[in-house]
Amino acid sequence: MANALLEKTICYHCGDDCPTGEYTIEEKHFCCHGCKSVYQVLSDNKLCSYYNYNEHPGATRAHTDKRFDYLSDPSIVSELIDYTDNTVTIVTFYIPHIHCSSCLWLLEQLNRINPAVHYCRVDFLKKQLNIRFDHNKLSLRQLVELLNDIGYEPLISLQDIIKKQNTATKDNLVQKIAVAGFCFGNVMLLSFPEYFGLSVYEQSFRHFFGWLNIFFCLPVVFYSGNGYFISAWQNLRKKVLNIDFPLALGIAVLFARTVFDVSNRNGAGFSDTLCGLVFFLLIGKFVQKKTYHHISFERDYRSFFPVAVHIIENETERPIPLSQLQTGHRMIIRNNEIIPADAILLNGYALIDFSFVTGESIPVNKTLGEIIYAGGRQTGEAIEMEVIKPVSQSYLTQLWNNEAFTRKQDNRMQTFNEKVSKYFTVVLLTIAFASLFFWLPTDVKRGFAAFTAVLIVACPCALALSTPFTMSAALGIFDRNRFYLKNTRIVEQMAEIDTIVMDKTGTITTGEGDSVTIEAVLTEEQKALIYSACINSIHPLCRMIYHYLGSKDRLQVHQYSEIAGKGILATIGAHRLRIGSAPLVCGHREVALHATKVHVAIDENYIGYFAFAHRYRDGLEEITALEPSYRLFLLSGDQDHERYELVRFFKDAAQMHFDQSPQNKLDFIQSLQKVGGKVMMIGDGLNDSGALKQSDLGIAVTDNVNNFSPGSDAILDGRSFNKLPLFLRFSKDTVNIIHISFLISLTYNMVGLSYAVTGNLSPLTAAILMPLSTITIISFTSLATRFTAKQRKLL
Amino acid sequence: MSIIYFLIGCSVLMALLFLGAFFWAQKSGQNDDLYTPSLRILIDDDEEIPSEK
Repeated sequence: MANALLEKTICYHCGDDCPTGEYTIEEKHFCCHGCKSVYQVLSDNKLCSYYNYNEHPGATRAHTDKRFDYLSDPSIVSELIDYTDNTVTIVTFYIPHIHCSSCLWLLEQLNRINPAVHYCRVDFLKKQLNIRFDHNKLSLRQLVELLNDIGYEPLISLQDIIKKQNTATKDNLVQKIAVAGFCFGNVMLLSFPEYFGLSVYEQSFRHFFGWLNIFFCLPVVFYSGNGYFISAWQNLRKKVLNIDFPLALGIAVLFARTVFDVSNRNGAGFSDTLCGLVFFLLIGKFVQKKTYHHISFERDYRSFFPVAVHIIENETERPIPLSQLQTGHRMIIRNNEIIPADAILLNGYALIDFSFVTGESIPVNKTLGEIIYAGGRQTGEAIEMEVIKPVSQSYLTQLWNNEAFTRKQDNRMQTFNEKVSKYFTVVLLTIAFASLFFWLPTDVKRGFAAFTAVLIVACPCALALSTPFTMSAALGIFDRNRFYLKNTRIVEQMAEIDTIVMDKTGTITTGEGDSVTIEAVLTEEQKALIYSACINSIHPLCRMIYHYLGSKDRLQVHQYSEIAGKGILATIGAHRLRIGSAPLVCGHREVALHATKVHVAIDENYIGYFAFAHRYRDGLEEITALEPSYRLFLLSGDQDHERYELVRFFKDAAQMHFDQSPQNKLDFIQSLQKVGGKVMMIGDGLNDSGALKQSDLGIAVTDNVNNFSPGSDAILDGRSFNKLPLFLRFSKDTVNIIHISFLISLTYNMVGLSYAVTGNLSPLTAAILMPLSTITIISFTSLATRFTAKQRKLL
Repeated sequence: MSIIYFLIGCSVLMALLFLGAFFWAQKSGQNDDLYTPSLRILIDDDEEIPSEK
């Protein structure tokens, strides 16, 4: 019994601790009313098996006060749904909480709660729910409220990531691979008799097999391989020689030579080489395309802002879509809602959390009539504001009008592949024409044979495959270490980096906030005195002190003065208080720099101090140890009150820049790039978006990859922050692997060329050489990548 | 040996059928979500049948 008492009660729904025993049904404890009501809904509908598959499958419901009335607006509804007719509507929601089999089970049982839902299917990896329902019996708003009631609130945002991602993947690559693989298999089968030798009686088969092979090559060249021709042509028109040009040339020559050989009964042609080449190339394309369905790299302010906002018109409140919000509208912003446009505060007590915009972690108090910039999050009661600028013109969103956001992403840095393929093509063409002109005077037939053979054998199949296979293996390794890259190019960009710029709040500090510890024994009276003095100040540290002390009686303050950068002096009743830095309170400078301290003296007696330990992420030391091979900078939207603590990490004062606006950050990155720096920016909030976009490699740090993170090239889970130096080293390793595999493929090409220039390339040699080199490259790159990852302890 | 012509014709036809089947599967979205069904199979059918049915 004693054991049972000692045990903490854990919420049956979400697994959090229960602070009170207030919420209990059928001997099941809940942490809050929200969790309890979810349980009630489920038990009313006989859906309690939900709790059998996993323990505590739910999300905590302690902080939800969502309003979905904007979903009654037809213009918003039509944006969200996939399909609708007279009776049925189909809609796809992104539900971040989907994480276990219980979620899956419950969400596919929706029609037991409401029969108007005809069909629901979960896509677990994408965290999406596809629902078909009868909109005459159940409105979209009711459906969302139903989902919210059972604890699965869909994330509805202006920027519809779901639809964009679903449409982006329709390039028929899988079908193309299927066709190429099908033809490759059949052509191999039909080519075997030729290689093993056909007797004189069977010569008619030779011809038949030849034509059949050409028939199989047709879909390979014109369907599966058409992407290479298109790409090569487009690049030629832009006067760029990329790797697709020699590939397309190789495919074309292979096909032409095969048709020529077969129709002239010259030989069997190269149809198996052709099909194999296209098949392997497409496989390379396929592995390169790694998609993270649950992560979006393209988010901007629109996915951070709400879909709709409530405005007051003619004394009534109604929701309107954000796009219709205009100057002069009076809007209502409730607790935890985001202010979508610059506005003047008209009514209510505004305490705005600007952490996303400025990086400042402590909410700011605003007075009536003050302009509040968009992007802040109201904490506390509802406030009324008048819009002074449309959404797209506000202080924060203006950042997106910067040229960094309209610039094309592609031409940031050239990959190794792009650099090499230029020279490769030129050399290839030179050799091909040289051998043609060498043989032409003596033997025309042999000249053309040599010319085509060079183009066939030197077709940079292995070169084209080395990058995708190495990079996809590297991406897999990063992924296991909770570092998600947008695409394979990013690995090479990372290897080029020489300058690292970091944001402060949320990036090198954890989002959990700072902890206050008190190094003094205080009586209740002293606590009340300190509380009353601090509550007058808007300094962040004072705010943290009075929050820490909790609510006390506020005493009458007789005299009060605040010395900027030092502290406060106050007289309360008969007591005189000094609260602030060591010089002010103790009269001497402080030595220890490990934490910010606020000292307290009452009536000339030193009482003690409050220490504020900022929680820096693990591994900050390792990252700052990267100097001098990397240049390091810190950009912070904050005031410089942490400067002394950060000196531990950033030795030089010039490395730290405080009080930086989003535009300042972007400009700073630009100035580094102007002097030739390859800049990696690490940030977390909307305020960093400009800098992330401008930098050569933007990494967003987040504690939850499903939450909002600004548009970036890579997303790093906060838990893996300490591995960043390893990632940087590993990216250099992978580039080395690509270089080595390029050398290997060159060796194969040399061997092949030595046959080809003589004009004596037999189809069998080509058919062996091509797959052999491909398999060597694939196995070398994947094994080498895994090996180096193991050495770097990333695997 | 002319039977080879017939046999190859048959084999190509069969292979084309399979290719067609793959295309159909791809088009009808059977390969869109390759993960969720593996979880769905772990879920038991309900033993208690709701009385209102």
